[in-house]
Amino acid sequence: MFGFVARRVLQMVPVLLVIATITFFMIRLAPGGPFDAEKNVSPEIRKNLEAYYGMNKPVYQQYFDYLGRLLQGDLGPSFKYSNWTVNELIGQSFPISAELAFWSLLVALSIGLPAGIIASLRPNTVSDYIPSSLALAGISVPNFVLGPLLVLVFALKLGTTPVSGWDGWLDRVLPSITLGALYAAYIARLTRGGMLEILSQDFIRTARAKGASPLRVILKHGMRGGLLPVVSYLGPAAAGLMTGSFAVETIFQIPGLGRYFVNAAFNRDYTMLLGAVLFYGALILVFNLIVDIVLIWMNPKLKFE
Amino acid sequence: MNTIAEPLGHDPAGLPSSSEIERGASLWRDAWHRLAKNKMAVVSAVILSLVILGSFLGPSVLKYSYETQDLRLGAAGPSAGHWLGTDTLGRDLLVRILYGGQVSIAVGLCATAVALTIGVLYGTVSGFLGGKVDALMMRIVDIIFALPFTVFVILLMVFFGRKFVLLFAAIGAVQWLTMARIVRGQVMSLRRQEFIEAAEALGLSKLRIIFRHMIPNALGPIIVYATLTVPSVMLLEAFLSFLGLGVQPPMSSWGVLIKEGADSMEEFPWLLIYPGLALAVTLFSLNFLGDGLRDALDPRAAKD
Repeated sequence: MFGFVARRVLQMVPVLLVIATITFFMIRLAPGGPFDAEKNVSPEIRKNLEAYYGMNKPVYQQYFDYLGRLLQGDLGPSFKYSNWTVNELIGQSFPISAELAFWSLLVALSIGLPAGIIASLRPNTVSDYIPSSLALAGISVPNFVLGPLLVLVFALKLGTTPVSGWDGWLDRVLPSITLGALYAAYIARLTRGGMLEILSQDFIRTARAKGASPLRVILKHGMRGGLLPVVSYLGPAAAGLMTGSFAVETIFQIPGLGRYFVNAAFNRDYTMLLGAVLFYGALILVFNLIVDIVLIWMNPKLKFE
Repeated sequence: MNTIAEPLGHDPAGLPSSSEIERGASLWRDAWHRLAKNKMAVVSAVILSLVILGSFLGPSVLKYSYETQDLRLGAAGPSAGHWLGTDTLGRDLLVRILYGGQVSIAVGLCATAVALTIGVLYGTVSGFLGGKVDALMMRIVDIIFALPFTVFVILLMVFFGRKFVLLFAAIGAVQWLTMARIVRGQVMSLRRQEFIEAAEALGLSKLRIIFRHMIPNALGPIIVYATLTVPSVMLLEAFLSFLGLGVQPPMSSWGVLIKEGADSMEEFPWLLIYPGLALAVTLFSLNFLGDGLRDALDPRAAKD
């Protein structure tokens, strides 16, 4: 196992390098530059700006400069938020997005797993249709509808939660539900499908015949194989959640990482976008590594190769 | 703990026999019979065909076009003349939903089909071959996951213009990734099961093992995730249309209508409710039909 993890961690370096390279040239291919939106920039000031950010050098030189700094863990200064480095911007907003992601995942798993398991126990009966329909309702209501709807009911009409902001624990409630609902629905559907697959297998019948309690059969034997699709889904989902959601952060005025992602692409904030993409890429790699470890751990026949 | 799974239609050894073609055919006929007996699935299939027929044929029967404006009316609730009301520009909502359905259904089904094909093949090959090939293939998936989608869309527009077909490319390029990872996870766990080992020991070709043994046994999660991809594709289309790739006004789609409806849901709730309902009904039917298909094609249930 140690060798497996070590090899995967070593693989991350070239993979991140590839991501950095593709993104670097991709964003420079896009028309427009970081200073186009600034009004009344005289040619002199523009020259100074470009010199300050090293934009007057040839592109390949800029690329190697960037890689050089990247290897020291420096993501460079932001083009759009002057006086801020990308490290500072990510360092400030990531904990907020990560916390929101944590609560959302908690919402998603605590609703999605039980709903999916209950639905799988008696397929095509009422106890399947009700949780399955709830899950589908969760998918058909996009978060840019669910968010404002929750605000309307719970913040404006009932006054139980604040409309927006990120100060007290009450501020966490509505965004976590808004963001978690969709994931809950996906998890419920995937859990139902996976569990159905497993519960019809012979070893489950054997376990039942040997007198194992129904709960033990489901929790110990069923979930081990039945949750494989959910685990595979959770890797990229968790990485996506942790880097923030543009829609939810905008609706609830949360200073998270998500808005930097979208705004950096539109503002041509080269360093910010690269930093955010690399950060997201690193999270994807870490979470997919965790998923692969769990997949092997859940299946006794697989070994760490 | 022995997990023995024998796909119906061939014995565990997978020996090609003279009776296999007949039995294979009866598997499909069996599946069809089981599907026809599933009321939920049949009702869903009927509703789904009605939605599709309505979207593609309905607009030619109705008297309004998707751009006919009645500015005196403005945003008005449902009435005898406009069954589902009108939007802020006085356009008939029913007609706009039907036209929008053409876009959403086309994008939803085509992009999902693309994502399904690539994701399933890629995931199966990666999980089946394992080792270095698997590591390389999965790192490629990780890289594509990480690349900035918004920039990719902007580049597509810059180099190829605002073309509708590009929607499929843009959506297909991202939607297959999770599918590939899910299928790979399933295949990895199937690979060590006895019936696969038996098939390998008997010298069946890799292609045959993949198509006859691996994919049929991973079909459950594949169908479930495919039916989940359709709505996410339809909503992604709304985001892409907002960026300028996708449908342009006065044309519309369900995703765009829902997005517009969400902005005015307090004043004109019907502008959100009816397009939302159209999406929800389609999604429900699709999922129950998917569940029915999954049950019907389950290789183990086939024994009963």
